[in-house]
Amino acid sequence: MDWMIFITVILRKMKLIHNISRRLRQLKESNFARGVKSFINSGKDTDYTRAPGPFTVMIKKEISDHIRSKRFIILFVIIILACLGSVLSGLQGFSDAIKAAGRDEESFFFLRLFTASDETLPSFFVFISFLGPLLGIAMGFDAINMEENKGTLSRIMSHPIHRDNIIIAKFLAAIAVLSVMFFLLGFIVMGIGIIAIGIPPTPQEFLRIISFIILSILYVSFWLSLSIFFSVRFRQPATSALSGIAVWLFLTVFYSIIVSVIAKAAAPSEMASTQQVMKYQQFIVSLFRVLPSELYSDATTTLLVPTVRSLGPLTAEKIYGTIPGSSLSLGQSILIVWPQITGLIAATIICFVMSYLRFMKREIRSR
Amino acid sequence: MGSSVIEFTDLTKKYGSFTAVDSLNLSISEGEIFGLLGPNGAGKSTTILMMLGLTEPNSGSVRVCGIDSTTNPVDVKKKAGYLPEDVGFYDDYTGFENLMYSARLNGIPEREAREKVNYILDRVGLSEQSTKKAGKYSRGMRQRLGLADVLIKSPEVIILDEPTLGIDPKGVNEFLDLIVRLSREEKNTVLLSSHHLHQVQKICDRVGLFVRGKLIAVGDIKSLSRQLFEHEPYIIEAGVSPILKGVSANQTFDDFTENISAQIRSIQGVVSLQRENDLFRITASEDITGDIAEVIVTSGLQLKYLLKKEYGLDDIYNRYFEENETDT
Repeated sequence: MDWMIFITVILRKMKLIHNISRRLRQLKESNFARGVKSFINSGKDTDYTRAPGPFTVMIKKEISDHIRSKRFIILFVIIILACLGSVLSGLQGFSDAIKAAGRDEESFFFLRLFTASDETLPSFFVFISFLGPLLGIAMGFDAINMEENKGTLSRIMSHPIHRDNIIIAKFLAAIAVLSVMFFLLGFIVMGIGIIAIGIPPTPQEFLRIISFIILSILYVSFWLSLSIFFSVRFRQPATSALSGIAVWLFLTVFYSIIVSVIAKAAAPSEMASTQQVMKYQQFIVSLFRVLPSELYSDATTTLLVPTVRSLGPLTAEKIYGTIPGSSLSLGQSILIVWPQITGLIAATIICFVMSYLRFMKREIRSR
Repeated sequence: MGSSVIEFTDLTKKYGSFTAVDSLNLSISEGEIFGLLGPNGAGKSTTILMMLGLTEPNSGSVRVCGIDSTTNPVDVKKKAGYLPEDVGFYDDYTGFENLMYSARLNGIPEREAREKVNYILDRVGLSEQSTKKAGKYSRGMRQRLGLADVLIKSPEVIILDEPTLGIDPKGVNEFLDLIVRLSREEKNTVLLSSHHLHQVQKICDRVGLFVRGKLIAVGDIKSLSRQLFEHEPYIIEAGVSPILKGVSANQTFDDFTENISAQIRSIQGVVSLQRENDLFRITASEDITGDIAEVIVTSGLQLKYLLKKEYGLDDIYNRYFEENETDT
């Protein structure tokens, strides 16, 4: 009987493949597909007849500039090395963890690749939350003012292009490069994980990792748009780089010190009611939630540790009826961190809009 | 000349309380080479920026080829090429790659762009350096590459902002010749801003004098100088040796030359005379160079040199400037 089941499965698979290929063929003939294809091909030397629009041309140039720039290559190597180091060190104590957990759908140990650490090195996502801002700042701090100082901005602007094309191209090209880089990084780690532990990720784990990667891109985009804002605001690249780093240092180091000072001052007495303690806790947490890094780490922990079900203080009512140790579905996890994600997107957009408005209003003089 | 290509109507630009361009009215016709002359900070560059929609006027309008620059800058930029003052290129791209990027931005298909870039590089004399990184270009080469960058879109109007700044004299001549030759071939209208009078004098059909945001005179150079120096068309400089010879010792040099000054003043046709130690500067209504020489030589002074100058833009410029200064 076994072989019959086997054959039916194979037949079914073949039908599926046939269906997919037919769909693909249909898609190929559709207008949308043609548009995508001509977009992809437009940069190739073989396409001599049609010229791409100036916006496409600019995005391509920015992307190739980023990839070739030494600055990006250096940061890329640093981040790859740091992340690989953290993953490999995390793998050290991994086999024991697997044995302890047993092969269980609910244990999500593949996700631990991204959160595990063996005390010597911080885990993968901590590295990203630490190095990501630097990457974002490095990719944006001289976006506009460098062109201005070199006198290329006024020359490029004398060609028939819209002014906003420049700043949007800068932003999108950097995001495209970042996205490729983070997906690459994520897939490398997954590959290492599969080879090292020999168990492929479940679909849910895979989706969680993808959403983690998208979240990381979002987080770095925030720093990118902040540094592009500084590059529009300040004429000197050094000033804008320093302002970016200053903001980053303030938010990572000094802000938490200030918050802890406030926390000490505002701490309720031992005799305070539970309600007061709750309020106080929520106040401190919301102070921390101003930080983009806090938003990011909240969101990542929730996405990568499916058992996390609340980001604030937990009350007895909240855990009433839950099964201890049970995990949330991906949709539920995303629902929990939705405010964080919205916050990150909003911060990115605010920075971008500020730089956009400033750039559109400004007068472009030769150097 | 044909119909007007560039049209300024009551164009005004203010920076706070400072008026950079003050109700400019001017029309430049097709095929003309027009020179915008003025000292630094006169508002020439601001005028040019407004032509390309790179900054917005407070009132009035500019039309290039009949298109409003403020509301429709992209269409204007399709027709007008602009070479900014001190043009910059991407340093790690070669000259060829820089131009290819510009060609692509102008929507020229790849193969056509390649041919065109090579052709234009040849025209501006950079075909041998086309594979060199633009960062290694000299100032003059960069300027020529800038001109190539303007020509890549086959413009109807070429706008050049201080194109000769920082190039050596030989390079300046070559560059100006290039501009004239190319624009005459393609029948382009050229607007050129400069504070370098002699260069403008050499190539422009008409000039506009721009001082403190106001266009105070327009016309070709001959008519400008005729207007201004009606009564004193000649300017003569005479230098003498300060060593006195065959003169009694109790007479000082100053006394002696004062005496000669009086003699020169009495020559018919002299309008004014200035003396700085051993240099006389005389303006006159007639050519009296010979008379002056005679007076000096017979008086016993040694005549070192004698120069008859004609009024150039320098003097036009100074004169307008003086008048403007006394007005305020």
